[in-house]
Amino acid sequence: MPVNEEFKPTIVAFCCNWCSYAGADLSGTNRLQYPANVKIIRIPCSCRLNPMFILRAFQRGADGVILCGCHPGDCHYTTGNYYARRRMTLLFSMLDFLGIERERTRVEWVSAAEGAKFAATMNDFSATIHKLGPNRRLEDLRCRKD
Amino acid sequence: MQERLKQKAIQLLENGTVDRILGWKTGEFFYDLTPAVFTTREQIEKDFVFNVFSGANLSKYLIAESRKGGKIAAFIKPCDSYSFQQLLKEHRIWRDNVFVVGVQCDGMCDAAKLGDGVLSVKEDGENLIVETLYGEKTVAKADALADRCASCKSKKIVIFDELIGEQGEETENDRFGEVARLEAMTPEERYEFWRGELSRCIRCNACRNVCPACSCEKCVFDNANSGVRNKAAADSFEENMFHIIRAFHVTGRCTDCGECSRVCPQNIPLHLLNRKMIKDINELYGEYQAGADMDTKPPLTNYTVDDCEPSIVHERGGL
Ligand code: SF4
Ligand code: SF4
Ligand code: SF4
Ligand code: FES
Repeated sequence: MPVNEEFKPTIVAFCCNWCSYAGADLSGTNRLQYPANVKIIRIPCSCRLNPMFILRAFQRGADGVILCGCHPGDCHYTTGNYYARRRMTLLFSMLDFLGIERERTRVEWVSAAEGAKFAATMNDFSATIHKLGPNRRLEDLRCRKD
Repeated sequence: MQERLKQKAIQLLENGTVDRILGWKTGEFFYDLTPAVFTTREQIEKDFVFNVFSGANLSKYLIAESRKGGKIAAFIKPCDSYSFQQLLKEHRIWRDNVFVVGVQCDGMCDAAKLGDGVLSVKEDGENLIVETLYGEKTVAKADALADRCASCKSKKIVIFDELIGEQGEETENDRFGEVARLEAMTPEERYEFWRGELSRCIRCNACRNVCPACSCEKCVFDNANSGVRNKAAADSFEENMFHIIRAFHVTGRCTDCGECSRVCPQNIPLHLLNRKMIKDINELYGEYQAGADMDTKPPLTNYTVDDCEPSIVHERGGL
C-alpha cells in the first residue's frame, strides 16, 4: 500500500443542465482551475436528484457530494429547485442525524454566467473534504480501491 | 369493548351495510393478534378479538380490500385513523367501499413488558391480570403500554362513519424527547449509536411491509437494479442505505403510527428516524401532521420562496 501518498478527495458534482452545467463549462472555457477529481454529472434539473444517487456516489468512492442548480427563482422548470431545496435540507439533516459528517454534502446555486463561482465553489468544497479525510462512514468496503 | 365491536360487526353484516369486516384474530400466540377479514356471524363470534394487543393498524389493508368490490367495514383506532386519512389523501383507498368504525383507544400493550412465561392476560380496569407459568400477577396497564402508546400523539379519531366509545383529543406527549437526546450527541456518538442499532437489521422488510405509507405498487427495494433489493445487507453501507431511503420515502407522509418499530423483530428504533424528519419539518416548514386533514399540502410537495437553505444543517450544528 502506498504510504505518504497525498489524499485527493473524489468529489461528485451533480449539475443541472440549464445553469450549473453551463457554469462549469464557462469556468472551463475561461481556463479557471478547479481540482481534476471533481466529477461532474449532468442532470436535467436539480430536482432530478434522487437521494439514492447521492448514496450511490458515496458507495462508489465519493468523499463529498455537491448539488448545483439554478438560483432559486431561475429554475428552467420554474420551481424544481424549490422542491430540491426542501428535499436536500431534510436528507442532509437525516445524514447528520445518523452521524455522517455534515460537511460531506452541500448545495450551491450556480448560474450559467457564474463560471468563477463554480470554480471557487469546487475549490472550497474540495479543500473542506480534504481536511475531513476520506469517506469512511458511508463507504462500501467492497468498492474500496486501495 | 370486544363485545361491543362484535355486536357492531354482526349488525353491519346482517343489515347489509357491508359484506366483509376487517378486524383482528389470534395469530401465532394469543398476544400476537393479526388482521383478519370476516364474512359471517359465526366467524365473528368464534374468532374476532379486540383487546390490549390489537395494535395492528388495519388501514393499509384497505388499499387492497376497498378495490375488491362490495363494501367492507374496518375498525380504526385513533392512530390508525391518521393513516387511513393519509391514504385517502394519496388516493389509495376507495372511500365509497369502506365503512369506518372508529374505536376509542386506551393504549395498547407490549407483551414483552409482561415478563416471561405469560399464559393469558385479562383486563381489569386499570390493571392486567397476568397468568404465568409461575403463578398469577397483577400489572398496571400503564407499565405495560407499548412505547408508541406511552407517547401517543392523539386520541382523536380524525375520520369515521360511526364511533364506538368516546372521541378523544390530541395529547400532550414527549415523542421528540429521544430525538433531542440524540441531537445533543456528537456526530461520532450518533454514528456509533446507529451502527449499534442498524447493524442488527436482518432486512426482513417487515417495517416496509407493515407501513401504511410504504404501499408503493413497485417498491424500490423490489427492484433488482436498485442495488438494495430484498436481501440481507452485505455491508454497513447497505444497512445505512436501506434505512435512509426507507425513512426518506415516508418523510412528510409518515403519520407516526409506530407500526414499523412495533413489528421490527430486532427492536430497531425506526421511529426515531421518522420522528427526526417530523421534528425538522415542524421546525423548518411549520407544524405538520400527516393524515390530520385532507387539504394541507404535504411539506415535500410544497415550498415557499424563502425556505431555508440546506446549509442550515451545517449552521445549526445539526437541527
Ligand atoms: S414509517 Fe412507521 S410510523 Fe411512519 S407511517 Fe410507516 S409504519 Fe407508521
Ligand atoms: S420504501 Fe419507498 S419505494 Fe418502498 S414501499 Fe416504502 S415508500 Fe415505496
Ligand atoms: S423490520 Fe427491523 S430487521 Fe426487519 S428490515 Fe425493518 S429494521 Fe430491519
Ligand atoms: S433547471 Fe436548473 S435547477 Fe431546475
